Amino acid sequence: MSSSAPLLEVTDLVKHFPIKAGVLFDREVGRVAAVDGVSFTVAKGETLGIVGESGSGKSTLCRTVLRLIEPTSGSVRFEGRQLVGLGQRQMRPLRRDMQMIFQDPFSSLNPRKRVEQIVGAPLKLHGIASGAGLKREVQELLDRVGLSPEHYSRYPHEFSGGQRQRIGIARALATRPKLILADEPVSALDVSIQAQIINLLSDLQRELGLAYVFVAHDIGVVRHVSDRIAVMHDGKIVEQGPADRVCSSPADDYTKKLLSAVPVPDPRHRR
Amino acid sequence: MSLLEVSDLHVHFDTDDGVVQAVDQVSFGIASGETLGIVGESGCGKSVANMTILGLTRGPRTTIAGRVMFEGADLLQMGGEELRQVRGNEIAMIFQDPLSSLHPFFSIGDQITESIRTHRDVSRANARARAIELLGMVGVPEPRRRVDDYPHEFSGGMRQRAMIAMALANDPKLLIADEPTTALDVTTQAQILSLLQDLQDRLGMAVILITHDLGVVAENADRVLVMYAGRIVEDGAIDQIFYDPGHPYTWGLLGSLPSLDLHPHDRLPQIAGLPPSLLAPPQGCHFRERCPHAFDRCLQVPPLEARLPDSPAHRDRCWLSAEQKRELRVADGRIGLRERKSPAS
Repeated sequence: MSSSAPLLEVTDLVKHFPIKAGVLFDREVGRVAAVDGVSFTVAKGETLGIVGESGSGKSTLCRTVLRLIEPTSGSVRFEGRQLVGLGQRQMRPLRRDMQMIFQDPFSSLNPRKRVEQIVGAPLKLHGIASGAGLKREVQELLDRVGLSPEHYSRYPHEFSGGQRQRIGIARALATRPKLILADEPVSALDVSIQAQIINLLSDLQRELGLAYVFVAHDIGVVRHVSDRIAVMHDGKIVEQGPADRVCSSPADDYTKKLLSAVPVPDPRHRR
Repeated sequence: MSLLEVSDLHVHFDTDDGVVQAVDQVSFGIASGETLGIVGESGCGKSVANMTILGLTRGPRTTIAGRVMFEGADLLQMGGEELRQVRGNEIAMIFQDPLSSLHPFFSIGDQITESIRTHRDVSRANARARAIELLGMVGVPEPRRRVDDYPHEFSGGMRQRAMIAMALANDPKLLIADEPTTALDVTTQAQILSLLQDLQDRLGMAVILITHDLGVVAENADRVLVMYAGRIVEDGAIDQIFYDPGHPYTWGLLGSLPSLDLHPHDRLPQIAGLPPSLLAPPQGCHFRERCPHAFDRCLQVPPLEARLPDSPAHRDRCWLSAEQKRELRVADGRIGLRERKSPAS
């Protein structure tokens, strides 16, 4: 692998979900093309923003890239290595390098596990730390995401939405990944907390050289965090390019429509 | 003259953990034809205040104090039957989630006709004709056919249109819209908001638009209330709030938005900390513990009052002088909350 090769290279990725009907035997009566021939690359330390409306296939795309959902066809290369077709056992060591942060900080943390178990699980699973080393490692992770060590043995319900999202980020960082797919990481949070989480994600990127795929429907947020932006519509990427260019002079009609629909927080704008 | 005048509204809920002071000293008015935006984060009391106006928070463990004057009568003093004459008739409300606010067992048409026949003595056939007319007015295609559909057969945007049709059924003088577009995509949101604006222009009703989205407020409201931890912290015309904000919380909200004058990847000016628990709010100004400019006087609650003689309608709840505010609210060349130097007590 040459040093200029992208960290992640997705080519012609397709995910079709069958629509089934029938009384006794399910018959396939149609297909939903949730992801329909998507290609993009992400370089080391870079942020690719993906915007689109609900149902455009953003989340399915993330899950298919990580093989949480099996793709119908296409190729996903991580550091040059083809992921499609690998067995679960072969995938496991690669999962260390690619982690995910989810939208809903309430349903993505197991309510019956303590923070130490939630953040420590990936460390144990991948054999990174155990025993006293595990505790130290978890506390370092909590510190890194702005939580304090006494949060170590608390349960998710004892935290606010923003703090829970920090726990989710600590869990994603545990395996020291190179790539994090963040699926609407701030959309469930209040404005003042959103800024805290966005700043945390950029600090971590700078310190750890992380690459992000940052999925969101809020174009203001995506423009702020991304180097490049891809716009999804009906399972396809209709436009991608440098963040500034896509936002200031969109080429595609759908991108234009999407951008013009975003309310601008400046009253002078409406006149 | 105000259409609705809320004075010194307090709403307390008695819970097993203690008394939640959800709404505290809230006073505001709204005139006919005006759009009043109410912004604030979850739990700031914006929904509770508005639900209380319509009597929707009454209960054995709720304590409500204050006055809500509407056309010469105090809504808080009305009994259930009297209030029902107002609710859905002269004051209507639309909610955030159109799926859970529509009854799944009844067709859209039945639900609209019910709201008409509750308040008007009209025949079933006439009410149905009115329902079809309303659905057409809010932009539901083929209203004659869709009137018999059930909520699950409508998309999210269409359901919200049906909710608006139901709210408008009796030509309300005041429409309270609680996060009407939060569950919708931006393109659908733009359609619904322009529909509301258009209807307001034609029907002359007043609209209270509750939202956490400053963009939605900037594009739709004439006046804005900023709420924080149960209190109004600032009240002003749209331009005053956005270009001459008086309260540090408003600066923080405006500053934390990613905007075009920030370089991508720059740190966003953030508001440190978390909103206080309303079970035990801090003494004095509720924003004090997160405010980098707090001083001794902030231990007393600042009154919501005009701070500049030339703009009496622009009120805020902050002890800083107007000159101090103009100087302190600039962070990195734009409006924002400065980073706090020492940690909060």
